[in-house]
Amino acid sequence: MNEKIEINNLNAFYGDFQALKNINMSIIENEITAYIGPSGCGKSTLLKTLNRMNDLIEGFCIEGEVLLDNENIYKNMDISMLRKKVGMVFQKPNPFPMSIYDNIAFGPRTHGIKNRSELNDIVERSLRDAAIWEEAKDRLRKSALGLSGGQQQRICIARALAVEPEVLLMDEPTSALDPISTMKIEDLMSQLKEKYTVVIVTHNMQQAARISDKTGFFLMGELLEFDITDKIFSNPTNKKTEDYITGRFG
Amino acid sequence: MGRTYFDKELETLHTDLIKMGGMIEEAIEKSITALQNGDTNLAQEVIENDKHVDDIEKVIESRCLHLLLRQQPVAKDLRAISTAIKMITDMERIGDQAADIADISKRFIASNSMTVSNHIPKMAEKASLMVSESINAFINSDLELARKTMQKDDEVDDLFDIVKKDIIDILKTECGRADEAIDTMMIAKYIERIGDHAVNICEWVEFYETGVHKSTQII
Repeated sequence: MNEKIEINNLNAFYGDFQALKNINMSIIENEITAYIGPSGCGKSTLLKTLNRMNDLIEGFCIEGEVLLDNENIYKNMDISMLRKKVGMVFQKPNPFPMSIYDNIAFGPRTHGIKNRSELNDIVERSLRDAAIWEEAKDRLRKSALGLSGGQQQRICIARALAVEPEVLLMDEPTSALDPISTMKIEDLMSQLKEKYTVVIVTHNMQQAARISDKTGFFLMGELLEFDITDKIFSNPTNKKTEDYITGRFG
Repeated sequence: MGRTYFDKELETLHTDLIKMGGMIEEAIEKSITALQNGDTNLAQEVIENDKHVDDIEKVIESRCLHLLLRQQPVAKDLRAISTAIKMITDMERIGDQAADIADISKRFIASNSMTVSNHIPKMAEKASLMVSESINAFINSDLELARKTMQKDDEVDDLFDIVKKDIIDILKTECGRADEAIDTMMIAKYIERIGDHAVNICEWVEFYETGVHKSTQII
């Protein structure tokens, strides 16, 4: 079992407000790791530290380290390269206002790929990996905005996969979707972990229980418990974890 | 706070389990009283009331399955409901065994004969207490009570061995009482099984509290 990401003594601040307190965690390669916890507990903040999306927020800073394949992402790592390796999918599907093809090709083109044949291969591979090739292949030149919400989210996943990431971060990827689309994306996530390492923030505890290998429970910026998902949902060690997952608070 | 509806449903589940426990304890007591007093009517009452034990088992089972379906419980809530589902199987069997004892007692009464061992009532009393304590252990989340109750099964087993010896002695010396001896053996065996079922319930209480059943972490 290879540690893909290691988080050591991580503290994160938005100005004077400390959003994360002394987080220590190893994220294993080719596993799905879920972050759960009440609103404002810091789980999305932690997710976004993994590809430095929080750098875009004025006043944000960290202490401690985040290692990707033993390399500190906050020291001497090109941010574009980091965000190529660590892709992200957000809660609300956000395809670009362009064709399906151009959505998927956007990232590779940004990284210098111009050859048409190569782009065609990348687009097909990415759409297949996102389990939407059959639905999209006959309308590649049509606007991605014409798709349903669930389809748009899979286009966003395909877009993230097009640049061949190693890690996929997903921030409540199905909370805006209907049950059928949710089920398709959950099935997709279970397939994706064969090739990628997935970290997901979710408010849906049944989802975390269904698809994740490990689960971390956060409360007020602290990681209270992190363990195998079966253990967290069957016999958690921390009473606060038990109270949260049984709906007694939060 | 939170999950008020679910907590109320769990309370109702507990109430039903207490009710079922009361029914089977009464069945054991009445079956032995019928045997001791030669009361055919009481024996028949135990046999007929077993249907009510079966009915309440189905009610509790249905309630548990609905809770699993609707509430998707996890952790201790999940263990509570799965423990209840396992417990009622043992409790229903205890009801069956009490009815079987009552059935045999009718034969004793009809043939105007006596049981060949006077250890039967004491054995039944101990087994009935084990049943009562095992259910209380679940209702009150009392792991210590569950473990102590399990140990009491040795006392029931010891009495079973004494009854067996009494029966062997009768078979050796009074061939004419072979039918009574065999029936007494059956009664003793049913009571011994009641003790075993009470142990099963206690083992599930242990699972409810710890996630471990018979030394195995099953979830």
